[in-house]
Amino acid sequence: MIRKAFSFSNIQRNRRWALILAYFFLILFIIFFLFPPYYMIVTSFKTNEEISSVKGIPWIINQAPTLYHYKNLLTNTYFLTHFKNTAIVTIFTVAISMTISILAAYSLSRMRFFGSAVLATGVFLTYLVPETLLFIPLFKVLGKLGLLNSKWALVVVFPTLAVPFCTWIMIGYFGSIPKALDEAALIDGARWYQMLFQVFIPVAMPGIIAATIFAFTISWANFLYPLAFVYSNEEMTLTVGTVTTLIRGDVYHWGGLMAGALLAAAPPVIIYAFLMDYYISGLTAGTVKG
Amino acid sequence: MAKVIIESLSKNFDRVEAVKNFELEIDDMEFVVLVGPSGCGKSTTLRCVAGLEEVTAGEIFIGDQMVNDLPPRDRNIAMVFQDYALYPHMSVYQNMAFGLKLRKYAKAEINQRVREAAEILGIEELLNRKPRELSGGQRQRVAVGRAIVRKPSVFLFDEPLSNLDAKLRVQMRAELSKLHHTLKTTIIYVTHDQVEAMTMGTKIVIMKDGEIQQVGTPMEVYKYPVNQFVGGFIGSPAMNFISAKIISKDSGLSVDAGSFELSIPPQKEQYLRGKIEEEVIFGIRPEDIQDKSFAEKSLQGGSIQVVVEVVEPLGSEVQLNVTSGENVLVARVDPRTQARLSEEIELVLDLDKIHIFEKDPPHLRVKTEERS
Repeated sequence: MIRKAFSFSNIQRNRRWALILAYFFLILFIIFFLFPPYYMIVTSFKTNEEISSVKGIPWIINQAPTLYHYKNLLTNTYFLTHFKNTAIVTIFTVAISMTISILAAYSLSRMRFFGSAVLATGVFLTYLVPETLLFIPLFKVLGKLGLLNSKWALVVVFPTLAVPFCTWIMIGYFGSIPKALDEAALIDGARWYQMLFQVFIPVAMPGIIAATIFAFTISWANFLYPLAFVYSNEEMTLTVGTVTTLIRGDVYHWGGLMAGALLAAAPPVIIYAFLMDYYISGLTAGTVKG
Repeated sequence: MAKVIIESLSKNFDRVEAVKNFELEIDDMEFVVLVGPSGCGKSTTLRCVAGLEEVTAGEIFIGDQMVNDLPPRDRNIAMVFQDYALYPHMSVYQNMAFGLKLRKYAKAEINQRVREAAEILGIEELLNRKPRELSGGQRQRVAVGRAIVRKPSVFLFDEPLSNLDAKLRVQMRAELSKLHHTLKTTIIYVTHDQVEAMTMGTKIVIMKDGEIQQVGTPMEVYKYPVNQFVGGFIGSPAMNFISAKIISKDSGLSVDAGSFELSIPPQKEQYLRGKIEEEVIFGIRPEDIQDKSFAEKSLQGGSIQVVVEVVEPLGSEVQLNVTSGENVLVARVDPRTQARLSEEIELVLDLDKIHIFEKDPPHLRVKTEERS
């Protein structure tokens, strides 16, 4: 057998093949995941006639595009009310969840006290209880509190989903921050809250943002709890609201549904894009050793 | 500017006794080094002084004040950590100013102090950088700078040089000594490196298993180690230890090490008469063993025949690992030595510098001289 001589052109060729393969699969991946949103966009700009027509190519706009569905959504439906409700619920849920879970994660990861390890595991276990199991007892609780059919019911129940998981991922992240940092702040003269706000939280920001994104998603995208606890259009949130207002009986208002879903998805997309940058820069900062 | 007094300090972690009955008085402006192998309780002691650990028993005074129940911020101390613990989200300037800001100093005063400290440490050009843009040595300086801007009464250093490379460590060692002269402040310095302890400390505290073994100046602990542990810990390479027996002969007392015998110099005999026929541990430092061909003429020595096992030329000297029967010795000899691997040579031991330790724990040193 003849052994091939070592050559740089060989390495270069291998590299090129690796790149080509990488691009091939990446493009496949992108098509797979971006096709549904693309189809939503296209559909939302089509007239009702075109949507129900079987002629023409379905994934391009054949006739003149229209803004009818968007106009209709914003003027003739509860969409804006639902959007506002969702935003309020999400802001409160994120604020409450993050306040509780930052403090919980800090104490569970930093302070040694009786039962702290058991508590940390316990926090995670509560997350494992499925919400489909919880909504029946929660219904009774919210009924007693007089919060049924109110968006504030969601502000009360969403943190029960967000806090355990947020606490859990932050315990892990906080544990990776050297304890000497807290101690240096204490010796520098900080009180514990000064240490927490001026040193610890800024340093832990990547972990906190990851948790914030999670809490945001839970609140923005949850379907089951609004469906179970809220029934009037004035208090409803986007996920359930869009569906109940635009599917009437067995009539699907596809154009409106697509437009509504797109507008509902816009805030998370924008926030993710913005925070992800921060998140990644935070993760890579200081990784290059001096 | 303060004295530090530690009275019968003990610290337990659950059932582990990390520090046992620690007694130490540190004078104003002293540079005290706590040194010992890892797990000896030296860092724990320092953290108790800093207020980062609660003491189990005992009292700590800084100046005239008992500080046991004071939080770190009220103890007027500053600490430099092993991994620097710089705030990564703040610039060098902000790092150094943080403590002053918390204490509500005026902006102008903060600015002046930070620039002053930066000048002393030669880091003026780095003030706007973030810690991640600094090299290890620069980070170290910033950590020291953060401590000195506060002008505390006591500085605490927790193994500050152990993350630096060898060359930088030597340089920072000298700079910290210089800094001590400039600042004239009490320093408590923890290290596991006996070279740092010897070169920087005005007083060394050697610890083992949570207990103080010996307190003294660097030369005292080097020349008169109280026990075998201190003898072996201080000095590099470590002191040679050989099981031996004191025997009496017509010509006087001798040390019988099995494979060789050394007569004890007359001025030491009076101290060892009570030990005749007793098993002891005989100790001699590598630097007190010389190659016979290059030994000083004035040396009051006993020569022994050995086989060379390892030759390590270090330039200024040659380190030899040799055997004599079952006894193994390390020697630092003249670089002109003709020692070859597996060959026999003759070494001379400086008998005036021998150490005799008791066979039984805690292996106390037997007094063999009047201290000078």
